[in-house]
Amino acid sequence: MRGMRATTNLKKTGIYIVCIFLAVLSIFPFWVMFMNATRSTFEIQQSSIGLIPSKFLMSNWQILQGKTFDPIVGFINSMLISTGATLAAVYFSSLTAYALVAYSWKLRQPFFTFIMAVMMIPTQVSGIGFYQFMYSIGWTNSLWPLIIPATATPAMVFFMRQYLMASLSLDIVDSARIDGSREFNTFNRIIIPIMKPAMATQAIFTFVFHWNRLFEPLILLTDGKKYTMPIMVSLLRGDIYKTEYGAVYLGLSMTVLPLFIVYFALSKHIIAGVALGALKE
Amino acid sequence: MRKNNISYAKYGYLFSIPFVLVFLIFNLYPTIYTIIIGFTDLRGLGRTTFKFLEEPFQNYISILNNRTFIGSLKTTFIIWIFNFIPQVLLALLLTAWFTNRRLKVKAQGVFKVLIYMPNIITAATIAILFNSLTGYPKGPVNDLLMKLGILDAPSNFHLQSGTARGVVSFIQFWMWYGHSMIILIAGVLGINPTLFEAAEVDGATPTQIFFKITLPRLKTILLYVLVTGLIGGIQMFDIPRLFLWGGPDNATLTSSVFIYNQAFAGSYLYNRASAASMIVFIIILVLSGIMFYSMRDRAELKLKKFEKNRLKEEKRMGAVR
Repeated sequence: MRGMRATTNLKKTGIYIVCIFLAVLSIFPFWVMFMNATRSTFEIQQSSIGLIPSKFLMSNWQILQGKTFDPIVGFINSMLISTGATLAAVYFSSLTAYALVAYSWKLRQPFFTFIMAVMMIPTQVSGIGFYQFMYSIGWTNSLWPLIIPATATPAMVFFMRQYLMASLSLDIVDSARIDGSREFNTFNRIIIPIMKPAMATQAIFTFVFHWNRLFEPLILLTDGKKYTMPIMVSLLRGDIYKTEYGAVYLGLSMTVLPLFIVYFALSKHIIAGVALGALKE
Repeated sequence: MRKNNISYAKYGYLFSIPFVLVFLIFNLYPTIYTIIIGFTDLRGLGRTTFKFLEEPFQNYISILNNRTFIGSLKTTFIIWIFNFIPQVLLALLLTAWFTNRRLKVKAQGVFKVLIYMPNIITAATIAILFNSLTGYPKGPVNDLLMKLGILDAPSNFHLQSGTARGVVSFIQFWMWYGHSMIILIAGVLGINPTLFEAAEVDGATPTQIFFKITLPRLKTILLYVLVTGLIGGIQMFDIPRLFLWGGPDNATLTSSVFIYNQAFAGSYLYNRASAASMIVFIIILVLSGIMFYSMRDRAELKLKKFEKNRLKEEKRMGAVR
């Protein structure tokens, strides 16, 4: 018995060592990035791993400001796109899911099967056609083609439908009808509050997804004033920053910082949301 | 009564209109348009008019004879395998540890939060961060490996195809194993706990429980992880595009980066790029189809066998009682 407990303890120690190693592996690159953002290029060339901050944050910022990388413009554009796309996706997915759950109509089942099928189609398949279409209607360098398509997010309709099936009693809808509430009003006033927990989880992921997206903005946006954060970041890979190590690390840090704040504030919900997403069947 | 059954159906259609309209215009139409462009002569910046080729599959033929494209498929596959196999294995190992009822690993919440974290950070940022981290001759990774005595002299990771691919695989692995782990843990928590209790009472070891109960019951979730991992992995774009722009010598040029380069980076060969994306799409379809059927059938068979055994077991138990 004692021998068994000893091996269990040994095993547990091993597990903790591996887990701590993996946790450090997650943090270390970002730690080096944040620290190097405050160090001068000379310091970084002397020793590229600094574990404590230095005092060159302002001078790195000066270098960044003089170049094409403009985090403020990127931040505003990404904010507009992500907020717009998230609102559109969450609201209209909920509406579509409500249509699938609350009403019995002839094409309900075929429509649901269709949504399940298109969920699997990878987005990049339509990339060339999407670009040509947007180009021909003059919508390149516009934020709209990055917002409006979010209205049709099949995976979220699927998720919202599962949620509604589990949490909505149609009696509520019926009693609203007796009270004279019109259908669209019932959805906005009664159904939306019921769906709030699901909407919040989905909103976080949609927002992060659109914030991080690179492919579509990269092919559509050529005007520097419309660049999103990921495109701004990609500029840091350019030749003008080749020798400005500290400034590059600072630019990267500025794009990571908002995500860090959101993540650590909402991490519990995010982890729970990932788990929930997988169990949607 | 009449009111309830008949007049409300129209709201089902009405409320679906925004979704359907946007889907048709911004999703289905561009997809069909992409397919069509693949059979035309559409190339050159700013051109929108085209005519169909006399030999319809000409673009497909020239793409399939393009060595760079075939190479990019191989590259995608190599990078994917070296990211995905370790990713799933580590995720399974961590799942086994975190759901082990005897070990009761503490601080799981903190570990989960930290391990999942890289997944939400912008891939573009991570690609450039790792480009800086793996710099030569001075770079954090080189410095670290030399301090630990693994390297004698700094190595130029960006110039050797093996290390360049290795870094891309590692980034993908590092960004996604936490995601796979959380999904698998959720799958395990969804398994009926009485199964584990019964196995424990019967004196099964944690290893036996993991391989005989947990893993078979996880088949559906594992399939989900495999298929989404496959679709995402084959489309990988941000990391290989920004880490080394596909280099050195096309060693990290994945098929998505190839398609992007064909269409948008200088040559504007929209028709060839469309043909290439259709080929990639067909590959994704075939591979996920294979995965789906091989996994699903076996899972169902196993489940049936398992149920049968359980029934037998129950009968035996009943007899003993």
